Amino acid sequence: MSSRGAASSSGGPQLGTSESSKRISKKPKYSRFTQQELPACKPILTPGWVIATFIAVGIIFIPIGLASLFASQRVVEIVHRYDEECVPPIFSGNQLAYIQSSITNKTCTKNFTVPKRMKGPVYVYYQLDNFYQNHRRYVKSRSDKQLRSKAGELDTSTCKPEATTGNNSPIVPCGLIAWSLFNDTYGFSMKNKVLDVSKKNIAWKSDQEHKFGSDVYPKNFQSGGLIGGAKLNASIPLSEQEDLIVWMRTAALPTFRKLYGKIETDLEANDEITVVIQNNYNTYSFGGRKRLVLSTTSWIGGKNDFLGIAYLTVGGFCMFLAIGFILLYVIKPRPLGDPAFLSWNRNPSGIMN
Amino acid sequence: MKRYVYINDDESARDLYCDNCISNRKYTLLNFIPKNLWEQFSRFMNQYFLLIACLQLWPLITPVNPASTWGPLIFIFAVSATKEAWDDYNRYLSDKKANEKEVWVVMHGIRKLVQAQDIHVGNIIWLRENDEVPCDLVLIGTSDPQGVCYIETAALDGETDLKTRVIPSACMGIDSELLHKIKGVIECPSPDKDIRRFDANLRLFPPFLDNDVCPLTIKNTILQSCYLRNTEWACGVAVYTGNETKLGMCRGIPEPKLTAMDAMIDKLTGAIFVFQIVVVIVLGIAGNVWKDTEARKQWYVKYPEESPWFELLIIPLRFELLCSIMIPISIKVSLDLVKSLYAKFIDWDNEMIDQETGTPSHATNTAISEDLGQVEYILTDKTGTLTENKMIFRRCCINGVFYGNDSGDALKDVELHNAVSSRSPDVIHFLTVMAICNTVIPMKTKTGDIFYKAQSQDEDALVHAAARLHMVFVNKNANILEIKFNGSTIQYEVLETLEFTSDRKRMSVVVKDCQNGKILLLTKGADEAILPIACPGQQTRAFFEAVEQYSQLGLRTLCLAWRQLKEDEYEEWSLLFKEANSTLVDREWRIAEVCQRLEHDLEILGVTAIEDRLQDGVPETIEALRKAGINFWMLTGDKKNTAIQIALSCNFISPEPKGQLLLIDGKTEDEVRQSLERVLLTMRITTSEPKDVAFVVDGWALEIALKYYRKAFTELAILSRTAICCRVTPSQKAQLVELLKSCDYRTLAIGDGGNDVRMIQQADIGVGISGREGLQAARAADYSIGKFRFLKRLILVHGRYSYNRTAFLSQYSFYKSLLICFIQIFFSFISGVSGTSLFNSLSLMAYNVFYTSIPVLVSVLDKDLSEETVMQHPQILFYCQAGRLLNPSTFAGWFGRSLFHAIVVFVISIHAYAYEKSEMEEVSMVALSGCIWLQAFVVTLETNSFTILQCIAIWGNLASFYFINWIFSAIPSSGMYTIMFRLCRQPSYWTTVFLIVAAGMGPILALKYFRYTYRPSKINILQQAERLGGPILSLGSIEPQPRPILEKEVSPLSITQPKNRNPVYEPLLSDSPNTRRSFGSGAPFDFFQTQSRLSSSYSRNKDN
Repeated sequence: MSSRGAASSSGGPQLGTSESSKRISKKPKYSRFTQQELPACKPILTPGWVIATFIAVGIIFIPIGLASLFASQRVVEIVHRYDEECVPPIFSGNQLAYIQSSITNKTCTKNFTVPKRMKGPVYVYYQLDNFYQNHRRYVKSRSDKQLRSKAGELDTSTCKPEATTGNNSPIVPCGLIAWSLFNDTYGFSMKNKVLDVSKKNIAWKSDQEHKFGSDVYPKNFQSGGLIGGAKLNASIPLSEQEDLIVWMRTAALPTFRKLYGKIETDLEANDEITVVIQNNYNTYSFGGRKRLVLSTTSWIGGKNDFLGIAYLTVGGFCMFLAIGFILLYVIKPRPLGDPAFLSWNRNPSGIMN
Repeated sequence: MKRYVYINDDESARDLYCDNCISNRKYTLLNFIPKNLWEQFSRFMNQYFLLIACLQLWPLITPVNPASTWGPLIFIFAVSATKEAWDDYNRYLSDKKANEKEVWVVMHGIRKLVQAQDIHVGNIIWLRENDEVPCDLVLIGTSDPQGVCYIETAALDGETDLKTRVIPSACMGIDSELLHKIKGVIECPSPDKDIRRFDANLRLFPPFLDNDVCPLTIKNTILQSCYLRNTEWACGVAVYTGNETKLGMCRGIPEPKLTAMDAMIDKLTGAIFVFQIVVVIVLGIAGNVWKDTEARKQWYVKYPEESPWFELLIIPLRFELLCSIMIPISIKVSLDLVKSLYAKFIDWDNEMIDQETGTPSHATNTAISEDLGQVEYILTDKTGTLTENKMIFRRCCINGVFYGNDSGDALKDVELHNAVSSRSPDVIHFLTVMAICNTVIPMKTKTGDIFYKAQSQDEDALVHAAARLHMVFVNKNANILEIKFNGSTIQYEVLETLEFTSDRKRMSVVVKDCQNGKILLLTKGADEAILPIACPGQQTRAFFEAVEQYSQLGLRTLCLAWRQLKEDEYEEWSLLFKEANSTLVDREWRIAEVCQRLEHDLEILGVTAIEDRLQDGVPETIEALRKAGINFWMLTGDKKNTAIQIALSCNFISPEPKGQLLLIDGKTEDEVRQSLERVLLTMRITTSEPKDVAFVVDGWALEIALKYYRKAFTELAILSRTAICCRVTPSQKAQLVELLKSCDYRTLAIGDGGNDVRMIQQADIGVGISGREGLQAARAADYSIGKFRFLKRLILVHGRYSYNRTAFLSQYSFYKSLLICFIQIFFSFISGVSGTSLFNSLSLMAYNVFYTSIPVLVSVLDKDLSEETVMQHPQILFYCQAGRLLNPSTFAGWFGRSLFHAIVVFVISIHAYAYEKSEMEEVSMVALSGCIWLQAFVVTLETNSFTILQCIAIWGNLASFYFINWIFSAIPSSGMYTIMFRLCRQPSYWTTVFLIVAAGMGPILALKYFRYTYRPSKINILQQAERLGGPILSLGSIEPQPRPILEKEVSPLSITQPKNRNPVYEPLLSDSPNTRRSFGSGAPFDFFQTQSRLSSSYSRNKDN
């Protein structure tokens, strides 16, 4: 490139008589950047710093770990798996037929006791196992435009294979996600009194306001030959269909919980709770499990010991390393930067080995 | 192929040859986009990315928005294309300026001003003083009555002295008015790029009928881009125009050089590519199996019963796209960027400015700085490179009498002055040859002083010396030379000049003494070119001795000789010479042959000895670079003894007890073979010993060795760390470079003159010294420096830093790409092996081009060791040389690190965000934040020195990550609306991120610390020494470990320089008994070397 430039005929003049003067003006101006001499901080890994860092991390992490473990332990959680139990014994050999049949009685009543006092609000979740909401075919099968406003109703290109009905009118909400909406329902009662489960404000406010339009009404939904999951009330706009909104926030893991509702009252220890489950949702075909979860919450969220244990492990590991390094330093001190270790000071040939 | 140029013929040539429109442009407006795209897509990487980008257009398989690949791809292409376009536009502007320049051209018999681009072949062009020549011309007239004009060829070959050009004899004496009407034909070869040859003929038509074919040489031409100087006007016939001029033919894009590092990066990229394919195949199969066994049962996925034929391919292709980020798209741009910055640092370096001339160093080739740090062999020219090329006449031997031996300066030798004033005929003849056997042009300044314009420094020195001895070369008026000797003026007419060529190694002039009409042949040249052709009767022993003695002192010798020619002998020969001069084929060879017929039976007058001083700092530079493990070969056209002397004086080889010189010589194949075998045998034995063994070979033996014993010579080249090749031609220099390159060595060739150009272009790195022999070498070179000593800084500082920085940058680029790719792969295991992307398109795009590129780009400011430490411990270069910082095993380390980090990020994010929190967008942002935090800490840990820019880039980048994501979280239509605000409010987000950092960095820090302290590399030790300051000073207390010195006899093969070889060698380096003594004697810093130079530099250190 430059040889071209230099050789081109117009490159001539400055190489002529004015050369010497040009050269001097070409002399670069001194600056710390151009000379690569910016003031720099040059830390090195001294034993002091490294050991101090590990100790500091240990000291910080262990209390945080204890705190989160404590918080997690304080969360009262009732987990109840019902998918197996709720199948009548006669269908135990053929659960699929039970769940797919429209005439079988899907109602199932369960009792459990509250082990500890649960301060309201108590969150009610359903938990699905082995359900791949993150499957590529599934996760892509939705139309955000259609959900957002009525104008996008026809925008169903991404929704295959649940885009349109047989006669090409768009399904609202379209796509596999909406189509497979979870449709088990729970009715709670305590001491023969109905326990109110609030289904309001279980979805994200932002979703209700911006992602799901208040002018979009379900249309042609679950009207095809194959019924996936729950049906939607066609007179309620999508922004109010909170179960749908919750369901449409797809989970990243095959095991996930979704909020069903909130019980605003406190539950006392040893309270007997009766749940009437409408066991409609088919997880039997793929071996998925269904659980009902009642849980309080804490500053780190629900009951999850992972963070606490991980913090304790990492903190402990750091402490262990710090102690190890201290011992190593005491037993086998090694002066830093000892030129005696430079091999060319030992090897006369000057070639490192 | 020949070209017939009809002078002043306005019609015929017009269509035959191109006009004078110069075009350096690579593109036109129309073809820019297709041509540039075509060029860019000829690279494998770009093809790969294009394929990926095209696959992404298929919505069925694309995991993310196609913009995540197209965006960066278009950006990268746009950057390269813009750069090309800008360069091309500048070329267009400069072409336009040249094309639209107005020149005087004879059209239809009238002189007119036309634009340079309208010149056609055959036109007569008029030039005035200081005009630039618009195309290649054959001179037909000048203002000078003798038909001479002066031109400056700096733009052509870089030589700044004026050159004379003469009009052909046929045009001599034609009136300037008649020149308008001149008609004739020039028969010349088709355009070529040889700027030193022009073998053509001229025949004029009536009325200028000469009936004689007049030979034309390069002497009769003025080439494009030269300048007319010191001549009122000149006119010539355009023979080559436009892009067909000699200069135009020389243009061309040099082959891009690929650094060893680029090759390694390409190799690693290839490995990653293979890995990627394996991953894709494995996951593709797994995905298909999972689909058939599991996904069919999952009613909510609704797999159709029958599938298209390509169904099996869909999942593998999805994974291919998902894994395509494994090969970082940004690496090319990042590398280009940092490489141009390395080059800029070289240009900017204040310490590499030649203070004498104010010439800064310049990196012409911006792409190969890393190679500087990996040099294994330096092949250096001697004259002008190691030496100043400032010739000073020191001694002479005239007819057996030595002058200047006592004082070291013959010009101050009283005896010589006495001999001059007593008009001793030998001395007079000697001085005459000194003064006029040359191509020097004397110039008078306005004050009457004479200064000389010489092409060769030796000639300049001789003419100056002759002037000091009262033989003053005053004037050259065409063929008449004027010499003043002790007040009287002598005139000589130059009849012929038998020019110097590197094959002939001598030059002669035939002059006629204007007073007595005697014709003399004056010759000067190398001893082996002169002494064999001395007249049989003469005793040449004294001269041999003189040559021997002078070259022992490292002086350059020239033999001067003369012979009186008989009139008829000259006449006869002159015809032959003329004929030889007008041959079109093999002219050079013919001339040489004819010259030989005249140059015989010479009377040797004497020997001159010229000193060429070593440049400043040469011994130190060579010593330091040799310590850095770089092998030096000296390739010189000089005599063996001179070369050896220079080699000794600049630490190239060590004197006898330590060093050993092995000589390869011989005139026949057999002799060369024997001597080569002997040397090889000794080499094999001595390689295990720390002894400085060097071999010396001369051009003749080298020719034979390279021709017949290439294998043996190659082995020798591998074994030998030092070599001196004397009497080598430019093409042999290039051959040697080629030889070393073929052994997979990284070669650096450094030189200053035109004879080094081939070697410089051949070598992996060419360094030119912008010295006295013109800028030719500097032009051809990748780097041009002002002085040899800057080479040390160029290699140790710039080369080393560039290598280190690129090593980090490239591996880091792979690390970060692999990191995110591994997370995607892990995620596919929990998403039904269906090829779902955890990260959204925007994050993926920004991750590669933005979040992770900026912090690492400032690693170009990183310095692992300070410049001073590197200069004091050049051995540390070994790490770069051997490629210790970028090779498959270091890469495996980074690969492992990315795998480990991916596991940490993935496991922690999915466990901390399990159950009710496992919302896709949130998990994805947690994992991404984890990656960004980790990479900030990785860069921090791997950075050795933090300047303010680095801190800003690393932590500012982290801040901008949040800032950008907050912005996107504020846009309701974006997929991640409110996500980042939501996360930042959760304590569990922050605890998760810190957990990722601690879990990811803890083991790495521990491992690094452990290595750093207990298994330190040499770099670490020096870092510690430099930054703690302490241990360097406490060195005195360290007792060197006593090592038994092997008192082994060097094999007594009496092959080599036989004189006083010491059977017991002394080790060259530190732990010889001397060293220990010096430890004992309280020189506390001298852990390094016995050389006082170094220890003094240490004590200076301590004082600071």
